[in-house]
Amino acid sequence: MTTLTLIPALLLIPLVFAILSLLVTRPWRNAFALLGIALQAVAALSLSWVIFTEGASSTALGNWAVPLGILLVADGLTVTLLTLTAFIAVICALYAFFYLRAYPREERYFWPLFWFLLAALNGIWLADDLFNLYVGLELLGLAAVGMVALQATQQSLAAALRYLLAALFGSLMYLLGVALLYGSYGTLAMGQLSDLMVGDLTTQIALLLMTLGLLIKTACFPFHYWLPPAHGGALAPVSALLSALVVKSSFYILARIWLDLGTLAVPIGLPEVLGLLGTCAILYGAWRAYTASEIKMLVAWSTVAQLGYLLLLFPLALNTTEAAAHLAWQGTLMHLLAHGFAKGAMFLAVGTLVLAARSTQLSDLAGISRKLPMALFAYGLAAVSLMGLPPSGGFSAKWLLIQSALHSGQWVWIIVISVGSLLSAAYLFRVFSVSFVEGKQRELQPTHPMLDVTALTLALIAIALGFFGMIPLSLMELGTPLPESPLPTGGQP
Amino acid sequence: MTTELFTTELFATELFTTELWFALIGALIIGISTIGFFGATHILKRIMAFNLMGSGVFLIMVGLAQHDRGVDPVPQALVLTGIVVAVSATALALIIFRRYIASGGQSKLPEHRS
Amino acid sequence: MNLSFWMPVAVLATSLVTAMIIFLLPERRHTLRGTLNLIAAIVKIGLVAFMIFGVMQQQSFETRFALLPGIDFVLRADAMSMLFAGLSSVLWLFTTIYAIGYLEHAPNRSRFFGFFSLCVASTMGIALAGNLFTFLIFFEMLTLSTYPLVVHRGTKASLQAGRTYLRYTLVGGAVLLVGIALLHSMVGSLDFAETGTLRDVPSEQHGLLIIIFILLITGLGVKAALVPLHGWLPIAMVAPAPVSALLHAVAVVKAGAFGIVRVVYNVYGIEFSAQLGVLIPLAAVAAVTILWGSFQALRQSGLKRRLAYSTVSQVSYIVLGSALFGPLGTIGGLVHLLHQGIMKVTLFFCAGNYAETLGIHKIKELDGAGQRMPLTSIAFTIGALGMIGLPPTAGFISKWYLGLGALDSGLVWVLGVLILSSLLNAAYFLPILYRLWFKPVTSAWPDEQIKAARFETDPWLLFPTVATAVFTIGTGILAASPLSPLSWASLIAIREYLP
Repeated sequence: MTTLTLIPALLLIPLVFAILSLLVTRPWRNAFALLGIALQAVAALSLSWVIFTEGASSTALGNWAVPLGILLVADGLTVTLLTLTAFIAVICALYAFFYLRAYPREERYFWPLFWFLLAALNGIWLADDLFNLYVGLELLGLAAVGMVALQATQQSLAAALRYLLAALFGSLMYLLGVALLYGSYGTLAMGQLSDLMVGDLTTQIALLLMTLGLLIKTACFPFHYWLPPAHGGALAPVSALLSALVVKSSFYILARIWLDLGTLAVPIGLPEVLGLLGTCAILYGAWRAYTASEIKMLVAWSTVAQLGYLLLLFPLALNTTEAAAHLAWQGTLMHLLAHGFAKGAMFLAVGTLVLAARSTQLSDLAGISRKLPMALFAYGLAAVSLMGLPPSGGFSAKWLLIQSALHSGQWVWIIVISVGSLLSAAYLFRVFSVSFVEGKQRELQPTHPMLDVTALTLALIAIALGFFGMIPLSLMELGTPLPESPLPTGGQP
Repeated sequence: MTTELFTTELFATELFTTELWFALIGALIIGISTIGFFGATHILKRIMAFNLMGSGVFLIMVGLAQHDRGVDPVPQALVLTGIVVAVSATALALIIFRRYIASGGQSKLPEHRS
Repeated sequence: MNLSFWMPVAVLATSLVTAMIIFLLPERRHTLRGTLNLIAAIVKIGLVAFMIFGVMQQQSFETRFALLPGIDFVLRADAMSMLFAGLSSVLWLFTTIYAIGYLEHAPNRSRFFGFFSLCVASTMGIALAGNLFTFLIFFEMLTLSTYPLVVHRGTKASLQAGRTYLRYTLVGGAVLLVGIALLHSMVGSLDFAETGTLRDVPSEQHGLLIIIFILLITGLGVKAALVPLHGWLPIAMVAPAPVSALLHAVAVVKAGAFGIVRVVYNVYGIEFSAQLGVLIPLAAVAAVTILWGSFQALRQSGLKRRLAYSTVSQVSYIVLGSALFGPLGTIGGLVHLLHQGIMKVTLFFCAGNYAETLGIHKIKELDGAGQRMPLTSIAFTIGALGMIGLPPTAGFISKWYLGLGALDSGLVWVLGVLILSSLLNAAYFLPILYRLWFKPVTSAWPDEQIKAARFETDPWLLFPTVATAVFTIGTGILAASPLSPLSWASLIAIREYLP
């Protein structure tokens, strides 16, 4: 197996299984899904292994050369994200097998959409030109909207429409920026653009349009309005996939266009404005999560808050020292991974709680710790990471971001990060407060133990990242075009 | 090639190239449709505004394909793909909208209902 | 990867693995859970004893791997860590025995003992942490694992207490994190070392070092209940008695105090701290806390609340000891780390016994309890006398060395604080002793539980109480023996000063 077959396989497997899942009937659907998931996970992990041992690699689809053909690139960063996707997809799929038994109608459409979502995600991670990223984004958006609309209730359809309109507008803004860049440079390949790009006005306008579009798609404050109803109203495995992966992909593109392509075109004040938006997201998201009365909305608003940390990458990495930029990039990647695992785990665990209690109201979960200790434990471990408490991936991310801020002397972001994690503790602990209440208890429906096992697995990975953070951090260094490490240790000044 | 556009030679000979016309009209359409997209509350109108906006973007892209060396195939390919994507997005939007009406929703999203 | 690498891991694992198994055990497997808990506690004592023995032979035990670029996860056994690890492992055994008896018919025992073990695992991690980063990991883990214990009863008051507890400790943790991050960006990640590690920092950065010192002490001071950061402690008293005992004697409060000791001796170094001029302010904060805690204790009518404020006061003796420059002060502080734990655990066990057996929560209800529960009352008396500092109890040794240390370092006012505080201790403990032994029983006990028992109360409750009381006397009388806390503390103290 070489990268030449593995890279296209990561796109083909999901697409083939998407079509298969539409064709086959019910008893076969799960078997096929299981097979596809296994194949896709094996492909992602073997690619990671190959890249880890042999270094970055690329492949041109159908052997067409760059301007017309499609070049797929797998470097350390790509495979890190591919592995994240594979892990979360496997766990969410396993969860969905058992969870969707309660939703036979939705189950039919879930699988094709799941596969399209996966294909789009893999496509985005592997893409190396701006237009393929656009196609990936659109496919991703459509699949995600379809998943939000699965239940076909009035509420979920409204959420889906709101999401769709926001996503479409965002895509067009992105596409407009792509058009302007092509007009200026005559290429859309990332590798060429990063050499050619200068800081003229057209470039800046193009990049700002793309930024606007991507901020909307990432649900960054103040464009977050579509996210909570969409993520909070969807089925549990859908929410997990959306929060853990989908919003990250548009952020990934945003990070690449500024840190990889547009370093010379950064308008004055832009990093600070993005940092400020991130701060607002952290504060406002936390406030709304703190006042939410439904548990799924609490978790969805927490996503809004956590996405704010990602935006801190820009003030920390643009126009600062090399060491600070490197640390910021490491911290952001760590946060992206940790949040992916932790939020995925949290949505799955909360989905189990809601399924058992037949209510989304937080107050209806009183005393649930006695009945569903494992789901609550998974929630707890995920919460530890989201709060940025050690030992967890979330803590490592917080530490790296704080170190980066110290290196560039930007004290204000340290305060934002610290206050943000205290606020997240404030809203996440609301669930514990309720769950420990003794006294009147609701009648609970029995749930399948696999629901707990899957959620717990993701949560444990989020915690384990705190101990094995060196693995993704050293993996992402391989062949990445982003800020390079000036120091092998990163710590010493 | 906007950078070449403003070189003195071109500027002197012909101020408004075809390319610039395309870009200006495209920008105008995008502007109008953006107002429509955010001004309108009826979901159907917003979907139409999105389509119009798409046309504006495609116009700009097609405009870029016209230059002296003949037609550049890349933007043509991009626009074709873009149209396919926009059509499927519109189809999805319309289907969800129909379902939304069928499930008892109105022609506007809840937050736009006064 | 050898014995030296795996020993610290094994010490942690004895309670970590136990916690995991307990979480998975069904609620009704009470006997199995109890047995498992006791076996784990005994195995842990064995492992710690082995390591103490090894450290005495100059053997080293170290677990180390890279956690992040430039940061190692370090667990290491040195003389200081063994002091705290020894205390925690011994008191864990007694508290576990006590908790098994105390929660005999209570619900949610699986959850309780799971987090109880997790809490001890965090404490052991704090004891063995070899650098500030590792320390922080376990320090925060301790916060998280004690929260479910504080809110265990699930009542409105306990949930409120849990919120207050979190508010204080999480903010403290955040301040500590900023301090550690700052220090790391200045000098990198440094292991704890005898006589400190920061001596060679150029003098223009000393101002920043003082700020970092303040941040670190503030962050640690929340858990160590330094005034004015002590507000959570009396409120957290709603927790079940074994939890209070654990919180006050071994885990939370002691973790904070131990952290301060680590920062002063093994990060900054006592000589360098003195040079920076941070010791006198630290001594002042400790002195204020000692007096304030004692005054507040005097005003409380509830037995547990009085003990809580007494903890606020007593833990600061440890801080005071580390703020006194000179080996004698160091010995006093370190030895009190152990002595306070043993004495306070005794007192909380007694308070729990009174509450469980007779339903006594207020001090005024204690009249004549000495006749009804003689062994518990004798234990309480020993603990109280120890707190006052009368010979031959453990408390006397601590105060004696602290007093000598105060004179040694030339801070005569500290001696005054010690004397005043001892008088206050006497003022709030002696009336209780008077009520216990000399007042007649006025009315029926508020809520008598065990009527026709062979002992005055459940033997599971009585045995640990008596045992720790015996320890309180024993460590005082046998202070000169080579294995006593005093000898161990003296060993450390000599090493902390530059030759």
